[in-house]
Amino acid sequence: MGTNEFLFLLTGLKWTVLLSLVGFAGGGVFGLAIALMRVSGRPLMERITSGYIALFQGTPLLMQLFVVYYGLALVGLKLDAWVAVAIGFTLHASAYLGEIWRGSIEAVPKGQTEAAKALSLNYVSRMRDVVLPQAIRISLPATVGFLVQLIKGTSLAAIVGFTELTRAGNIVSNQIFQPLLVFGIVGILYFLLCWPLSLYGSHLERRMAIAAR
Amino acid sequence: MNYKLDFTPVIDGLPDLLMGCLGTFLLALCGMALAIVIGVGGVVLRDSKIAPVRWLVKAFVEIIRNTPFLVQIFFIYFALPLIGVKLDPTPTAIIALGINGGAYAIEIIRGGVQSIGKGQIEAGLALGLHKAQVFRLIVLKPALRAIFPSLTSQFVLLTLTTSIASAISAYELTSVAQRIESDSFRSFEVYGTITLFYLVISWVMMRFFDAISARYFSYPVK
Repeated sequence: MGTNEFLFLLTGLKWTVLLSLVGFAGGGVFGLAIALMRVSGRPLMERITSGYIALFQGTPLLMQLFVVYYGLALVGLKLDAWVAVAIGFTLHASAYLGEIWRGSIEAVPKGQTEAAKALSLNYVSRMRDVVLPQAIRISLPATVGFLVQLIKGTSLAAIVGFTELTRAGNIVSNQIFQPLLVFGIVGILYFLLCWPLSLYGSHLERRMAIAAR
Repeated sequence: MNYKLDFTPVIDGLPDLLMGCLGTFLLALCGMALAIVIGVGGVVLRDSKIAPVRWLVKAFVEIIRNTPFLVQIFFIYFALPLIGVKLDPTPTAIIALGINGGAYAIEIIRGGVQSIGKGQIEAGLALGLHKAQVFRLIVLKPALRAIFPSLTSQFVLLTLTTSIASAISAYELTSVAQRIESDSFRSFEVYGTITLFYLVISWVMMRFFDAISARYFSYPVK
């Protein structure tokens, strides 16, 4: 494998990182909204969001990408493959993050909310200043864990035809006929991206387990 | 916007799709079995007295958990022929699923084994229980109960992951759907329908595991 092929893989890596970041950021915004609706205490909102979460947790990510990809084309939106998969990952991430954050919001002791209410803080201030800062701390290990899942998941964009790292690997491997070498390197690149995050996640988890003792 | 949904190709292909579901089921079942074997073996080897063996198991778990399944399945697909193993895509996919699930199973099962306190075993022996009884009642059942929720949700995940095996055209639901789609160009209808199939499959699995859990593990903790 020459320098050109390797640089092509690195370009793929760049798109993998970008796609993960966009999916995580978009998923973060919508995920927060979903988590808040899920604990809103309004039956209709809770039903809808829990159905949304169950739908995304009960189907393969690959199908979600296919349906979003072809579904958007169907309603007449002519979008770039890049935009379509970014929307797909945003929806996927919002369901998972919404569920993770719902759990952490519910893990914040009830007394905190009650105290905030007694101090006559309104909903926004109660959430922003009291509940969410504590919930974020609790959710951190699981959130980092999901980020690793998401980075690995972006490889499926290759099947839809978006040239990120895995598809770049496919292309190079078809050119130079050394699939083992190419996918070995692709695997190493993913590993270098994900492993530090995984280590950080388990570090957070350990620290929290000690704090909880 | 003048697109009209047309489900005729899906309805015509229904028998094929149901066969595809069976393929998915077979893939998932074999993958789970292999994952359990690798998981139990890995847990034993991870506490081996030989340090390099321990390192190998740890490295295996970290590598598998930090790389995408799609890359793993491609790698295995191309690697097996090089070591002289010529297999069809479907057995290859089973091996890949088993290896992937096995790495997660090692971590889960290890947690379960560690959750059994030494004092419990000693107490059992002190009460005059036989060694086999201690293992069955005090080690195995509580350990199984401790790992059951995470292990089974990993199994549901593994079943959903089988759809990625379509990338090497193993026989399962997604690859059947891809064939119907490329014949009919009804992409949204085909993929939308099988997305619902997957939803039903994972829902049934979860209900099934819940029922087992309620039947065998619903005694109080303390």
